[in-house]
This record gives sequence, C-alpha cells and structure tokens, in this order.
Amino acid sequence: MPVGDRNGAKVWRRRTQTESLSHWALWLTGVAIFAYCWQQISGATTWFFVWDAPRIAEDIWTRATPPKWDYITQLGKPIWDTINIATMGTLIALCLAVPVAFLAARNTTPSALLVRPIALLIIVSTRSINSLIWALLLIAIIGPGVFAGVIAIAIRSIGFCAKLLYEAIEEIDNTQVEAITATGASRWQIMAYGIVPQILPAFAGIAVFRWDINIRESTVLGLVGAGGIGLQLSASLNVLAWPQVSLILLVILAAVVISEWVSAKVRGAII
Amino acid sequence: MNTELQAILGRGWKKPPLIKRPWLRWLLLAGFVAYLVAAFLTIDVNWARVYEGLERGKQFVLAFTSPDFVSRSGDIWDGMVESIIMTVAASVVGIAISIPIALGAARNVAPLPVYLACRGIIAISRALQEIIVAILLVAIFGFGPLAGFLTLSFATIGFLSKLLAEDIESMDRVQAEAIRASGARWSQWINYGVQPQVMPRLIGLSMYRLDINFRESAILGLVGAGGIGATLNTSFDRYEYDTAAAILILIILIVMALEYLSGIIRARVQ
Amino acid sequence: MLRLEKLTKTYKTGDQALKSVDLDIPEGQVLALIGPSGAGKSTLIRCINRLVEPTSGQVFLGGTELTHLSAGALRRERRRMGMIFQEYALVERLTVMENVLSGRLGYVGFWRSFLRRFPQPDVDEAFRLLDRVGLLAMADKRADELSGGQRQRVGICRALIQNPAVLLVDEPTASLDPKTSRQIMRLICELCRERGLAAIINIHDVALAQMFVQRVIGLRFGAIEFDGPPKDLTPDVLTTIYGEEDWEATIETVEDDEDIEAAE
Repeated sequence: MPVGDRNGAKVWRRRTQTESLSHWALWLTGVAIFAYCWQQISGATTWFFVWDAPRIAEDIWTRATPPKWDYITQLGKPIWDTINIATMGTLIALCLAVPVAFLAARNTTPSALLVRPIALLIIVSTRSINSLIWALLLIAIIGPGVFAGVIAIAIRSIGFCAKLLYEAIEEIDNTQVEAITATGASRWQIMAYGIVPQILPAFAGIAVFRWDINIRESTVLGLVGAGGIGLQLSASLNVLAWPQVSLILLVILAAVVISEWVSAKVRGAII
Repeated sequence: MNTELQAILGRGWKKPPLIKRPWLRWLLLAGFVAYLVAAFLTIDVNWARVYEGLERGKQFVLAFTSPDFVSRSGDIWDGMVESIIMTVAASVVGIAISIPIALGAARNVAPLPVYLACRGIIAISRALQEIIVAILLVAIFGFGPLAGFLTLSFATIGFLSKLLAEDIESMDRVQAEAIRASGARWSQWINYGVQPQVMPRLIGLSMYRLDINFRESAILGLVGAGGIGATLNTSFDRYEYDTAAAILILIILIVMALEYLSGIIRARVQ
Repeated sequence: MLRLEKLTKTYKTGDQALKSVDLDIPEGQVLALIGPSGAGKSTLIRCINRLVEPTSGQVFLGGTELTHLSAGALRRERRRMGMIFQEYALVERLTVMENVLSGRLGYVGFWRSFLRRFPQPDVDEAFRLLDRVGLLAMADKRADELSGGQRQRVGICRALIQNPAVLLVDEPTASLDPKTSRQIMRLICELCRERGLAAIINIHDVALAQMFVQRVIGLRFGAIEFDGPPKDLTPDVLTTIYGEEDWEATIETVEDDEDIEAAE
C-alpha cells in the first residue's frame, strides 16, 4: 500500500510517488498535444468569419424557412433510389461478407496461415474507407449514377458485416459442432447444422443494423454524384436554394428516423 | 404402441415455418421479390460505360502495386496532419462534453427534465449525418479545419453519450447504492459508485470513436471542412490513381494502427 | 467388438492424457469408465471416434481399424458410433425433431439435409424414438425450451437414430439432478439392452455406475487401474483410483439408494 509521510505520521495515498508522477506526466502530454492541435486549427481559421458566424447562421435560417413544401413532389424518385441503394448494397454486401467471415474466423478458416490473412485484409481495407470515397472511386471508374452508389455501399459494408460475423462465428459453442461431427456429418453438413443455426440471430441483427447505417450513408452519396437524394441536396446547395435544402434535410431526417425505428423493431422481433 | 404415434407414423415431416400463417408468409415473400424486381429495374446500368470503366478499374488496382507517395508528398503530408489534428482535438472535446451528457441521459442518475433534454441532444446529433453537418458548418464558419473539428465533436457527442448512457443504466445498482448508503454526496456518489463501473467501457468506446473520427475526417475535405479528403478528391478528379492509392494505403495503415492500439488499451483496462 | 490397443494421447502441452490403454469390449456390454477429473476419461472416448486425434495406438470397431482412416471413411465409421454428451450438446436453436434427425446426417446427402427432406423411414424412426423416450409431443419445440433431462433424452435419440453398434457416453448425468440422473442412466442401459448395443459410459458418480453396469474400468492418470464387475469395487480399489478418502459411506449409500429405488 502506498503510504506517505506527513509530520512523521503515516498517511494513506492512492498512488506511490512514481505512480502519481507518471500519471501527471501522462496528463500533461495529453494537454500539450491537445493545445498543439487547437493551435493548428485556430491558425488555419479565418476568425473574422467565425465572429461573423451568428449573423450568417441567422441569415441562412431566415432564408431556409419556411421550407419549399411543393418541392417534395420532385423528391419521390430520389428517395426511392436512396432506399434502393441502401437495400441492394446491403444485400450484395451480405452475400459477399458471409464467405469472407467464414474464411476469417479462426475455427472455420481452411488455412490460418494463408487464407485468413487475406480475408482479414479484405475486411480491414473495405472497412477503413468511407463509402463516399468508394463512391468517388467508382464514379471515376464506371461513371456517375445509382449503380456506383450500390456498389460503393456494398463494398463499404463487406468489411463491417464480415468483421461482426466472424466474431460471432468465433464465439459459437463448440460442443454443438462436436456433436454434429460425431454423427458422421460431412464438412458442409457440420456447417449447416452445427454452425449456421448458432450464428443466425447474429447475422440477422447485423444485416438490419447495417441496413439502418446504409440508409444514412446513401442519403449523402449523391453529393459526389452516386445517385439518391444527395444529388438534389448538392444541386440545391450549388444554387443556394436554401428553402429546398431545408426541405431535403427534413426528408433525410425523416428517412433516418424511420429506418432506425424499423431496424429497432426488426431486431426486437428477432432477439 | 400408442395411438398418437400410430397417427404420426408414415406422415412426412417438415420444419415448422418461421411465420405460422401461410398467407402472411407468402405475402411477405412475394412483396420482397416484387420489391427486388422493382428496385433492380429502376437501377439503369449503362453497361457500355461500365465496360469502358473496367480498363480504368484495372489501372486503379494496379496503382496499388506502385503507389506514388512522392509527387504530391507536400499535399498528402499537410492533409494527413490536418486530419489527425482534427481527429485528436475533436475526440478530446467530444469525449469531454459527452460525459456530462451521458450522465444526464441515464435515467437512473438524472431527473426527468435533464434526461429528456440530454436524450434530445443525442437524438439530434445521431440523426444528422456528419457530412451534412459539415456542409452547414462550412457555410456558417467558412472553409477550413474548424468546421471539420466542430462536426466531429458534434458527432462524437451523439455516439459516445448514447452508448455510455446505456452502460450507466445497466450498471450494477447494488454497488452504487452501497456508496450512497455511506452518506456520499451526489458528486461523490458519481465518482465512487458509478465511475469505476463504467470507466473500462468509456475508455474502450473513446478509442473506438477516435478510430471512427479519423475515418470520417478523411471525407470531410470533400465539402471543404479540412483534412485529407480534399487532396484525395483532387487526385481522383485528375485520374492520378497512384496518388489516390498512396492516400488510401495511408488511411488503411493508420486505421489498422489505431485498432491495434485500442486493442492493447482495452485489454489493459479490463 | 470394440478393441483399443496401446492407445496413447499426448497433448501439445506435453500432458500425457492416455498412456497406452488396452481395452476389449464384447458385443452388448455396458461398461462404466470411472476416475478422477483429468484422468483421461473424456479423452479416451473422444479418441475412439477421433474427435480428438490419438497420438499412437489402434482402435478396432468390428474389423475396421479407425486411427488411419481417411476423412470420408472416418465419417462412415462414425455413423456406427453414437455419442451422448455431458451438456447435451444439442443445437439449441433447432427443433427437437431436427436435432434427432441430425443423427442421420452421415446417411443423407447435403442438399437433402439442408432442405430438411429426410427419407420417410428416418422420420418414422425419429418419431418412434421420441415416443420411446416420452417426448413425442415436444417434436416441434425448440431444443432450448426443454429441461435438462428432456434435452438429454433428445441427445440419446440423436445417438440411437444413427443405428450405432456402440454408444460413447460422456458424463451423461453431470448437469442433472440426482433423480433425473438415474432416469437417464436407466434409460441408456435399457436401450442398450433392447438393441444389444455396447456402450462406454464415462461417469464420475461411482454409486450410479455400480447400480447400472456390468463392468467398471477405473482410470487414473491415463492408465487403467481397475477392470472388473461393480461388486469388486472395494474401498481399497477406490483409494487406488481416486486417492485416500472414506469410501465406506459412498458404497453404503449405494445400498440405501437401491432400497429407495425398490420402494419407489
């Protein structure tokens, strides 16, 4: 127990001298790093604009209200596209994520030395890069449009779904697999009877969870030209049509809230 | 042999379906298929354009084998540093603000009015996509990393407060009651009864959010909110795939390093 | 029928779980394997159907040597060895019927099993077995809705539908209460007698073993220390298997228990 000495009397302390010293040093470094970062940010900022910000915000607000309600007639198709991008992207991603997850999980991978690292590389590289960047890339390759959006969402979701799924596969109860093995089942039968039933709830949860996230992401894909309601947002922003912008933001907000509600309901029903 | 068994023998067996009512089962299935067909039909794919693109796609994949870190090294370096700075600053501020909001949003700690207010903040922050917040903040504060920093801080609050509040709500009631029973004040109660229980989770979530913030910071540049995104966008526009590949590799490496670091830290605090 | 010759298992950590075990089990004999935890009981059973690969030695089932079989041939031989597990090891999210039918996996092709279209004789046999263990009404319940004793009955059905020649039973009663334990042990032994099955029952409850089996093997540190009928299990023998303890009480309870059984 760390004990301090005050006027000859022993006093309980939480940490020893060196411990508390290193503790303080850690905090000091943290504060110093933060101060440096802040200094850099403020150096790159035009403070005149910042002091002017309340006025500008108020200005934008007065221009944006009330939203241009009759514009909503033109948003039907973009919203339909947005939902399609999210749903199709999620479905494609799930189809690809399942084999990747089985190759990446320690207990199902055919080769821990060769195949598993490749599967993990696929997971980490698709996961690290935002769907907007994938969309940028795909637009450069296959041209703008909904299709690029679908593929961008699909690629981004592979890593996410595969990671959660392979963690679920690694956590399964191995005695159930053992029991199926002992009946003389083949490799695929062991998979279908011993492993799949155990990960099915996790799989459904992941699918719905990712679909919810994908709805959010697909609303902004249009900003780079990959279809959906983001195209209208981007067009309205370019011509500073603030009443349209505010309406689009409200529609996006509604879509996000509804998708979250749906996914919560479905997950509740599954689990 | 009993009659019950006798009745059942010789009859086929099928797995009981997930949805009991047959009409509902078929309706759902038909609806799903119809949706898929409709969705597929509205996605018009210009296959000729896709076919042309395959060549560029190949070039891009090949670019990963010879990424060009050099010719735009100045831009890449500046952009990366700016991204990291935004990430760190936004994570620190975001986490600092999240903690009181999380306490406020936990029903077992906060009174009802505070609870509703904090839950409201969380809901707004979660509902707004980062990139949309960034667009608005850029319009208000002008171009530069300040807008990106504010965006990431705002997004961090929604994410961290919600998960932390859920953790506080599910904490062990008995431990906290024991501290309260000793006559502790509210602040002491939080410090001794609640904090030790949620600390590992807070650290784990913070590391995870740092990781997400870095990934998000890479796209904020697309709308002028600072970071590596602007450089990346330019390189795509100019079809400089080798530079783009270099930037993507850097992002992947940093994310991997952060995940590795957070793995170590989480293992240590638990 | 089942013969082990110099069966040895050394784990990667260097622990020698089995030290050259020789064992011969004639047709229809029910045998209990007793011994302290870590004596290698579980490893012995798993080395027979190669859920654990033995390091050296041979296992003969009928005329077939198992330890050198290819994967496909091993699967065919596994069909003749039904296994019953300690924690039931049912696939919890499947129905009772699916769990029972999973015992036929070695006999049907992948797509048939994937689509749950098992041959009619298999389905009939599954219903007969469920009826035999008194769970016919539960056929379409999910396995995790059942109580421990019921789950173990399903586990027994799954092993029997394989139409095995030998049963490998790993601690069938470890997670059951005393009354259910007896019912399960009695059921296993009855079914073995009805079908003329040999069985190795791995069990730590000495009294329970003595009540039901014809032959007891005592295992200690991976070697056989005792082999004989249950009545030869004297306190001295138990001391060599388990170490020093007052064994009179255990053996006496057995007799008491039998009185209770008779009274019931």
